Amino acid sequence: MLELHGIPVSSGVAIGPALVLDPDGYSIPRCTIKRSDVADEIERLQQAVASVARSLEESRARTSAKMGNSTGEIFAAQLQMLRDPRMMAELQRRISQLQHSAAYSVSQVLHNYAETMRRLKSSLLAERADDVLDIERQLLFALGAVTTNPLKDLSAPVIVLSNSLTPSETANLDRRFVLGFCTETGGPGGHTAIVAKGLELPAVVGIGPFLGRVGEKTQVIVDGDRGRLVLDPDKKTLQEYRIGQEQQRIFARSLEQLRDCPAETVDGAHVLLNANIEFPYEVASCLERGADGIGLYRTEFLYLSSDSEPSEEDHYRAYSQVVQAIGDRPVVIRTLDLGADKMGSRPLVDRENNPFLGLRSIRLSLKNQDLFRPQLRAILRAAVHGDVRMMFPLITTLAELRQARMLVNVIAEDLLEEAIPHRRDIPIGMMVEVPAAVLMLDRFVQEIDFLSIGTNDLVQYTLAVDRSNEYVADLYQSSDPAVLRLIKHSVEVAATANVPIAVCGEMSSRPARALLLLGLGVRSLSVPPNALPKVKKAIRSVSISECQEMAARAMTLESAGEVDLFLAERLRKLVPELTIP
Amino acid sequence: MNKTSLCFDVVVRNPKGLHLRAINTLVEAAARFESIILLQKDAEQADCASVFSLMTLGAEQGTQLKVMIDGEDATPAAAAIQHLFENGFYELDEA
Repeated sequence: MLELHGIPVSSGVAIGPALVLDPDGYSIPRCTIKRSDVADEIERLQQAVASVARSLEESRARTSAKMGNSTGEIFAAQLQMLRDPRMMAELQRRISQLQHSAAYSVSQVLHNYAETMRRLKSSLLAERADDVLDIERQLLFALGAVTTNPLKDLSAPVIVLSNSLTPSETANLDRRFVLGFCTETGGPGGHTAIVAKGLELPAVVGIGPFLGRVGEKTQVIVDGDRGRLVLDPDKKTLQEYRIGQEQQRIFARSLEQLRDCPAETVDGAHVLLNANIEFPYEVASCLERGADGIGLYRTEFLYLSSDSEPSEEDHYRAYSQVVQAIGDRPVVIRTLDLGADKMGSRPLVDRENNPFLGLRSIRLSLKNQDLFRPQLRAILRAAVHGDVRMMFPLITTLAELRQARMLVNVIAEDLLEEAIPHRRDIPIGMMVEVPAAVLMLDRFVQEIDFLSIGTNDLVQYTLAVDRSNEYVADLYQSSDPAVLRLIKHSVEVAATANVPIAVCGEMSSRPARALLLLGLGVRSLSVPPNALPKVKKAIRSVSISECQEMAARAMTLESAGEVDLFLAERLRKLVPELTIP
Repeated sequence: MNKTSLCFDVVVRNPKGLHLRAINTLVEAAARFESIILLQKDAEQADCASVFSLMTLGAEQGTQLKVMIDGEDATPAAAAIQHLFENGFYELDEA
């Protein structure tokens, strides 16, 4: 048994067999062999090399005849690689001395070559790294070690272990079989983490290198509550987790009874408790758990889960589906928040040195109106079906807000001229997630219908911490006093101007921090659907004056650590049922 | 024949440097001789029998390389290698 620690990004516990992915998306068996099998394994390797060489010879003959010699040269070069005496010697060394399987040795050795070539300054050779990976793939196929993309044709439950998963890979995980995932890299606020919450998959990221220690089909436990990954758990641990899972199920069922109760404190203060969604199908789980509405509908999934650019109709269909499913409750549609760690199939920006300080979110949308306009049209059109509100992300300056609002007006004029049904009088709001916007909020409130604090980005920009970087993950804390001060200020400005303000970041989904927000004057929260029951439970267990006392004390503290300790202690007193052992 | 050791410098002259095709030519030429033929760039050494070691050397145009040849047919091997580098692997007119 081996216990590893990482950053918990999506709660829950999953137990199952491991599926290890290599960076190219297929699984490498990290197997060792018996000493007595070494000779056979080398024989297998030689046969695989011979069979790949044969098929390369055939390809070369075919292409040379058809397209002349220069294409055939690629195959000739690959043949040379295959016959490389040093590679062969290294492979045999790994098999006989380290007792690695042929497939594992092939993937390690060829990956090292490709990696070295990628780092070369000469771009001509760096591009050839793909040829090396291609040879690797062919050898692994010949060894019968890989089939196709293992994520594409799953037939049994697995836990995905990988160096990293992109948001789109995460979004495309087959929820019928993937029970949870763990990655070596990644930080607490990255988009992958948000997608994992949306999928309600237990997930731990930023564990550091561990894939080398996992064998095929190893039994693993992912503990998304405590940030733990257990490899080969012993009977006792397995038993503990199974009991824990059962208790969670029972507790979750008891929370289900709160579904139709309002999110009200014991002294009668009403809190709007909305849900954050990423995918239209999540509306069902929001309704099941009694959400007051959708406080944040992230619309990037259309880009991340499809290979082609979504059309206006694609947008319209998705939004209408959400609006109609939720009935007369409000839906806040946030416009595209692409860029940085969220990239679709089309590269919208060249490589940036600091993508989180670069062309992302509203900045990207305003610069790429061919991308932005179809979305705005679709939102105004979907608005005829229900209570739709539009929200712009990452607004930093007043000029950006004005430009975005102007574009909405232009779009509405177009729709009117084209006689397409739409609504133009919908409320327009903005995310408060850049310190500059907080400082200028007294001006913003004069031009905006509602505000929503996005703590994920606000934390990142306030504390100068890349939210997807595991090396600085410990600094990434929404309970940092600096962040709390910005929130407090925002709430006060909004109250004075009588503009509604909500908090929709991950912060509001942690019961203790949610209560702190109530104490700071927030009366509207938006959380991932699976957090609705516990946050409602917390709200219904306290009085506003208790929250205010909590906030007053928290505001005197000096560090995120102190704040968290204090909050944990208060939560244990006020809502003991929610304390994770 | 006696075992001979030879050592001399060459410069990569062809514009694309020691890229895939040039490496291929070099490995094929080296395979015609019994001698061990090594190239050295700074502290790194590559074996002319190994495509991978030449590829990971990453020698671009203008790079100076030390050639070390060891074996019974070192003299004709040296002539062949020198010829290839001097003629830029027959790619000089491609620039």
